[in-house]
Amino acid sequence: MSLAVKIKNVSKSYPNAEALKSITLDIGPNELFGFIGPDGAGKTTLFRILTSLILPDKGTGSIGNFDIVKDYRKIRKEVGYMPGRFSLYGDLTVEENLQFYARLFNTSIKENYDLIEDVYKQIEPFKKRRAADLSGGMKQKLALSCALIHKPQLIILDEPTTGVDAISRKEFWALLKSMQQKGITILVSTPYMDEAALCDRVALMQEGNILTIDRPGQIVQDFSGKILGIKTNQMHALLNDLLQMEQPERVYRFGAFVHLVTHDNPDACAKKVRSHLEAKGHQNIMIQEQPASIEDCFLALMHKPETP
Amino acid sequence: MRRIRYILQKEFIQVFRDKALLPIIIIIPIVQLVVLSYTATYEIKNIRLVVVDQDHTPTSRELIRQFSGSPYYHLKGNFDNYTEALDYMQKGKTDQILVVEPHFEKNLKTIKKSSVQLITNAINGSAAGVMQSYAVSIINNFHNNILIKEHPLQAKGLPIQTDTLYWYNPELNYFTFMVPGILVLLVTIIGLFLSSMNVVKEKELGTITQLNVTPISKFEFIAGKLIPFWIIAMADLVVGLLLARFWFGIHIVGNPLLLLFVAGVYLVLILSLGLFISTLAQTMQQSMFISWFFLVIFILMSGLFTPIESMPVWAQQIDLVNPIAYFIKINRMIMLKGSVFSDIKSDFFILSGYAAAMVVFSTLRYRKTS
Repeated sequence: MSLAVKIKNVSKSYPNAEALKSITLDIGPNELFGFIGPDGAGKTTLFRILTSLILPDKGTGSIGNFDIVKDYRKIRKEVGYMPGRFSLYGDLTVEENLQFYARLFNTSIKENYDLIEDVYKQIEPFKKRRAADLSGGMKQKLALSCALIHKPQLIILDEPTTGVDAISRKEFWALLKSMQQKGITILVSTPYMDEAALCDRVALMQEGNILTIDRPGQIVQDFSGKILGIKTNQMHALLNDLLQMEQPERVYRFGAFVHLVTHDNPDACAKKVRSHLEAKGHQNIMIQEQPASIEDCFLALMHKPETP
Repeated sequence: MRRIRYILQKEFIQVFRDKALLPIIIIIPIVQLVVLSYTATYEIKNIRLVVVDQDHTPTSRELIRQFSGSPYYHLKGNFDNYTEALDYMQKGKTDQILVVEPHFEKNLKTIKKSSVQLITNAINGSAAGVMQSYAVSIINNFHNNILIKEHPLQAKGLPIQTDTLYWYNPELNYFTFMVPGILVLLVTIIGLFLSSMNVVKEKELGTITQLNVTPISKFEFIAGKLIPFWIIAMADLVVGLLLARFWFGIHIVGNPLLLLFVAGVYLVLILSLGLFISTLAQTMQQSMFISWFFLVIFILMSGLFTPIESMPVWAQQIDLVNPIAYFIKINRMIMLKGSVFSDIKSDFFILSGYAAAMVVFSTLRYRKTS
């Protein structure tokens, strides 16, 4: 049985920073839930509270029927945690690490092999190698194996794909999907916007607040306004020139393009932009309407003026 | 409880795989014990002496012969001039100057009173004391011989004869005195450093995070951390005792098992002190400096180098919480004096209570959550 997670008004402050500002969250059983946000958004703090490593200053929370403060012993048995930083023993081999954690949970590699098989078989050829000598992607797979070895109902993964190459990232997400099919609730944080689309629901976080929680598709759909992707021969000057336009709503670099957000008729706006840029001496001007991505939505939410 | 075994296993794998740590644990204590035991001695040989003989008589020459014939003295030269000799000392070429006044022999024979001057380089105070006492005993001996020669019919020599006996260490053998103490220090250093660094290392590497989310209890964690280092330090102690017995030929008068038993309790105290330090420190560097702070104070006040009895009263009171002082005392009592349990029991109970308190204290200090 997979576990639901409920968080109500949880706050946490450090001596010089407010890491979480009254967070409320409701995550369903067997959900693959993503936390998206820049560094310092409070993702790690929230995860450390959920894994009973730190205590919240205020607020309550539960994992399944367990209170996150009172029932920490039970939670530690049911939850698997993979910290953002590689936290296994570099001087032990792959197999020794896995065996050590299995034993601490009173189980064995054999007993739960079916659960970790998908992950572990990718690193099993290197099981006699010391963990410190593994590549980044393999370290993450070992860490995931160790987080899964006690058959948790919920796994919490803190930026598991940060610093991992693109192929390993893809493989890793495929593994997460297969874990979800085995009935595990998954909480995962990432700074990569493209990974958000792979989650059932995501929470966009910034400076200790949750900006929005929704399905990735819905977040994109809810984007208000249109996006014009603009490209010219003078990409350096482009951003400044666009900012000089009358009432530009929002302009920012986006990959090879500069994105301009408008709530007017996009065609009319495109014309205005084109003539403005021609006057500024730009050539090869390319303006096309582009669909909003999660990143556009995130940037929009970040800049939304506070509504009372 | 079974989890303790797995942590032990993990710690031992890590220790034996650590190519730098293993020699530190095994070889360095042995080398230190052997080297320090030979060097940490108060005995001074080859004292450099220059003589200013202003008398030049058979008697003065006989006195000088007494010095040059002694195994402790090395005669560096004869000067006629006092200032020349002083200059020699100023340049650091001699440790002592013996000045024999003019008419030394004549005064001795006529007015029965004469004097020599002894100048000792006291840059190192304790060495000066030793050199001084050597010289005085040679001169006294010489004096004694003269009295016997002059008055063969009267009492034999000086009116009061002192017969000195050193109990428990009859030959005042420095090995017997120092080796047990140095052994205590080495075991203490190994134990304190291993335990204070180990938990901090897990903190620094971040591995403690993964360990903290497992159901392992505080007690299991601490037991799992203490037991391996307890075993290692005890093994070092046994090797050290064997060296003391068969290399230095020190006969352990008391029961070696009693000694090991007390050492076992003592090490629990030292290891939990190390664990306490590791709860204070965030990095291995911090932990090392805190450990050194405690070690230097404890060692210098332990009574190994200077007797506790000669310290000021407040220092003696501080020594009430100095674990090393207790153990050096008990250790010497058992090894040299053959004390049995009833002789050491008050110190032993203090040590045990201290150890128990420290275990509880550091267990409470260690937190899995912050």
